[in-house]
Amino acid sequence: MTAGPLVSLVAVLLLAPALPGVATKTKSLLTGRHGAPVLQLHRDLLRLLRKGAVYSTTTTWMFRLAPVAGVVTPLLAGILLPLDGRGAVLQFSGDFVAFAALLALGRFTLILAALDTGSSFEGMGASRDAAFASLVEPALFLCFVVLILATGQLSLSGMLGAAPAPSLAMVAVSLFFVLLAEASRMPVDDPATHLELTMIHEVAVLDHSGPDLALLLYGGALRMALFAALPVSVLVSRARLAVPLALAALLAGMVMVAVVVGIIESSMARLRLGRVPQFLVAASVLASLGVILQLLT
Amino acid sequence: MQHLADLVLLLVLLTSFLILGTTRLTTCIRAVAVQGGLLGVLPLVLEPQWSAHTLGLATGTILVKAIVLPWFLTWAIREAAVRREVEPRVGYIASLILGVVAVAVASAVATRLPVPGDHPILLLATSLSCVIMGLLVLATRGKALIQVVGYLMLENGIYVFGLTSVDRVPFLVEVGVLLDVFVGVFIMGIVVFHINREFDSLDSARLTELKD
Repeated sequence: MTAGPLVSLVAVLLLAPALPGVATKTKSLLTGRHGAPVLQLHRDLLRLLRKGAVYSTTTTWMFRLAPVAGVVTPLLAGILLPLDGRGAVLQFSGDFVAFAALLALGRFTLILAALDTGSSFEGMGASRDAAFASLVEPALFLCFVVLILATGQLSLSGMLGAAPAPSLAMVAVSLFFVLLAEASRMPVDDPATHLELTMIHEVAVLDHSGPDLALLLYGGALRMALFAALPVSVLVSRARLAVPLALAALLAGMVMVAVVVGIIESSMARLRLGRVPQFLVAASVLASLGVILQLLT
Repeated sequence: MQHLADLVLLLVLLTSFLILGTTRLTTCIRAVAVQGGLLGVLPLVLEPQWSAHTLGLATGTILVKAIVLPWFLTWAIREAAVRREVEPRVGYIASLILGVVAVAVASAVATRLPVPGDHPILLLATSLSCVIMGLLVLATRGKALIQVVGYLMLENGIYVFGLTSVDRVPFLVEVGVLLDVFVGVFIMGIVVFHINREFDSLDSARLTELKD
């Protein structure tokens, strides 16, 4: 085994916190402000890691477990993704289920930790998080079904990198919607909001502080990076490129995804909470159209 | 050309889904305008060698379906001062899912349909699903204006189906159909305007009330 997959994984791990930064920078530039530097999250993480953490007396070990799980699960999921366009660090038949399950596990521990604080705001955030996550899952799996039908492969390394087809365009758009929901970006959730009543993801991490908060922020950025890598890998077949070139293509694609996220955030308002399920069902609808198209051809 | 045609057909399908899922009348009208424009481009990408027939069909379709009718519908909602559908009889999520079912059924039927000539299977699937989704909008939405949009979607589906025999149908017949649609929507627009003036609402459910 060559070093390609490992080097790509490390590069993505190091650069993941820049993605929300790129989105914020785009948003600032479009609204006529200078905005924070792209690497602001890196600095924030370093600052938070130097601080101490405060724990409420009502919380238990669950509350302390969530930040660790929040980083470890996307990390393990990243190991399964073929980031260099050839193969993942670890691949086996059916690893796409493990990929989805790991990310769901991270969310599950975060929801439990939010409930653990006993705060009603956090409970609300947790319940919304759970409700929307259950609507994202069908879209994600329908996308995998299209990819499996297109390539006949049951591992992520095999199924990403199929020949371009109309159904794959549907999959890419659907995966982009999934990214918006999973990374708690605009039409679903507003990362810049200060009103606890309308928060979804932000409110669930409200009680965490210091290194714990750093881990959660980093985990969130990593999650966004993974879901940004998915549509890029679906659209751009990189198997023939040399490893450094394939990695550069992936990173450029991810930055472009982040720019699109920023453009969406500055051009539209966030959906009313009651409308969010409709948006997520639309993602599933797109994916199922992809399945139908794939079966037709 | 095949890929381009597939792309246009996909976009036609997506605009239909947009109409099924949106609450705003202006978005509906814009979507149906975009759909009309795409349908105008469709004969050009389907037939690589452009004849006067296809060019005439394309310009006529774009003129009527993408410019005149949407402009007229926009005028109608401005006069009637309605912006959004309040409560459809079938919810938005349910309509989206029914739309997917429609596409699935249409695709299953399209593969078995004995249509003469060699056509992309997506063409038949798109036309049938547009017809079904148009019917769905006609049957489930209360506001009379969205029903007009549903009628247009239905007609668009029939137009796509007509493209399978574009070399056999005389140009005059197509122009006649286009004119019929134009007149139909025009009359519906006027009726909508009068319903709104009489009842102060565009809800077709209230048409069952007697008034003299």
